[in-house]
Amino acid sequence: VRFVDEYRAPELIAKASEEIRRLAEPSHHYRIMEVCGGHTHAIYRFGLKDLLPTNVELIHGPGCPVCVLPMGRIDDGLSLTKRSEFIFAAFGDMMRVPGTHGSPLESKARGMDVRIVYSPADALKLARTNPTRHVMFFAIGFETTAPSTALTILRAKSEGLHNFSVFCNHVTIIPAIRAILDSPDMRLDGFVGPGHVSTVIGCRPYEWIAQDEGKPVVVSGFEPLDILQSIVMLLRQLRNGEAKVENQYTRVVPWEGNRAALRAMAEVFELRPYFEWRGLGFISQSALKIRGAYAEWDTEQRFAVPGVRVTDPKAAQCGEVLKGVLKPAQCKLFGRECTPEQPVGALMVSSEGSCAAHYTYAQHKPITIANAVSV
Amino acid sequence: VCLEIPGKIVELDASNPQLAVVDVVGVRRKVDLGLLAEESVRPNDWVLIHVGFAMSKISEADAAEQMRTLVMLGEGEAAIQEVRGYGLYELGGNEEEGGTA
Repeated sequence: VRFVDEYRAPELIAKASEEIRRLAEPSHHYRIMEVCGGHTHAIYRFGLKDLLPTNVELIHGPGCPVCVLPMGRIDDGLSLTKRSEFIFAAFGDMMRVPGTHGSPLESKARGMDVRIVYSPADALKLARTNPTRHVMFFAIGFETTAPSTALTILRAKSEGLHNFSVFCNHVTIIPAIRAILDSPDMRLDGFVGPGHVSTVIGCRPYEWIAQDEGKPVVVSGFEPLDILQSIVMLLRQLRNGEAKVENQYTRVVPWEGNRAALRAMAEVFELRPYFEWRGLGFISQSALKIRGAYAEWDTEQRFAVPGVRVTDPKAAQCGEVLKGVLKPAQCKLFGRECTPEQPVGALMVSSEGSCAAHYTYAQHKPITIANAVSV
Repeated sequence: VCLEIPGKIVELDASNPQLAVVDVVGVRRKVDLGLLAEESVRPNDWVLIHVGFAMSKISEADAAEQMRTLVMLGEGEAAIQEVRGYGLYELGGNEEEGGTA
């Protein structure tokens, strides 16, 4: 319990936990989905499950961009990188994600030019410093990350830098939520809405979930207290028979989002008719592609991309886990063939993936604030 | 990918108004201000940074809280590593440095 001293207001945590117990009807089993992988990580890390009554269950959602990327896209990106002029640049999170013939990191070990960048702007710098090479930025992420990629493409255009392109795998969160709600084996009571995605898109895009589907949504921060307060707000709505979108994370998320970011995205990207999500299958209008006006900076419009489709290893049940139908440990491979060191499925790669979080924190007791706070 | 890192604006780049130097617990790097085009950003303002771009202006207290959350999440070092990594490929920089995984 060494972290407890640093923790803000443990008494408020205890209060929120009590309030959750008070609000939850004992006869109902609540299933609440946290959409964002950052929340999933925090929930495991802080052992928040221990602060909830057994009839309030958190279902881990699809909001981990590394986890939902189909293997074929990695194969496509690495296949182009076999050309000697290519440099494959991506965030560190991507480096250990397995493709059919290994991860980007393993491809690097086999001699491909694979570089970690921490910003798309740095991939652009790499292009500037290597004028005889072609730098392909392998872009992943939801709306938190997509605006930065968009601005980078705008900068490439205004500089007239042509040895740079983006292999765009940006996805959008709303269609994924719709796919989950449409899935017949899924019953959910409400959503803890993503925090940082919402700094960009704001809260309005969730309104249909409340209005049409009758499910409350609370956009939440990442601290333990934020997440517990969001659950309190959800349960309060459910108790009152309400369904609306509320913003718990007002200190960072403006209701209308970030207009400059939305403008950059709208300028550079359009929706793909459909895109494959690992575990969820094809979802219509769920991903971004680069507009024709910026074809010069689009790897897919500029080069012949093989368009590989790979079925996931049959034994891995990533799809069921991703949809919340199975718990990570219920997958046949969990902790045996599939571990964070040797991941088979992508949910085991990123710390935001529910399998990796479960593996890391379920065995070794996390920082449990539950131990420190009497509930 | 979801990390947002709090930093303090130290100075705006005189030659390029789109850039500013931020300080993240002592590490100083340039970040892009293009996504805050609708807000005025000045030295001593606090921002949340994501993949090298300032995403939101926040209060100093919220910045401190965000850093504490990152540390509690076990992401404090990853955040500093990310900030250190910004600008690896500046002209004249050590290009090879970024190649190591």
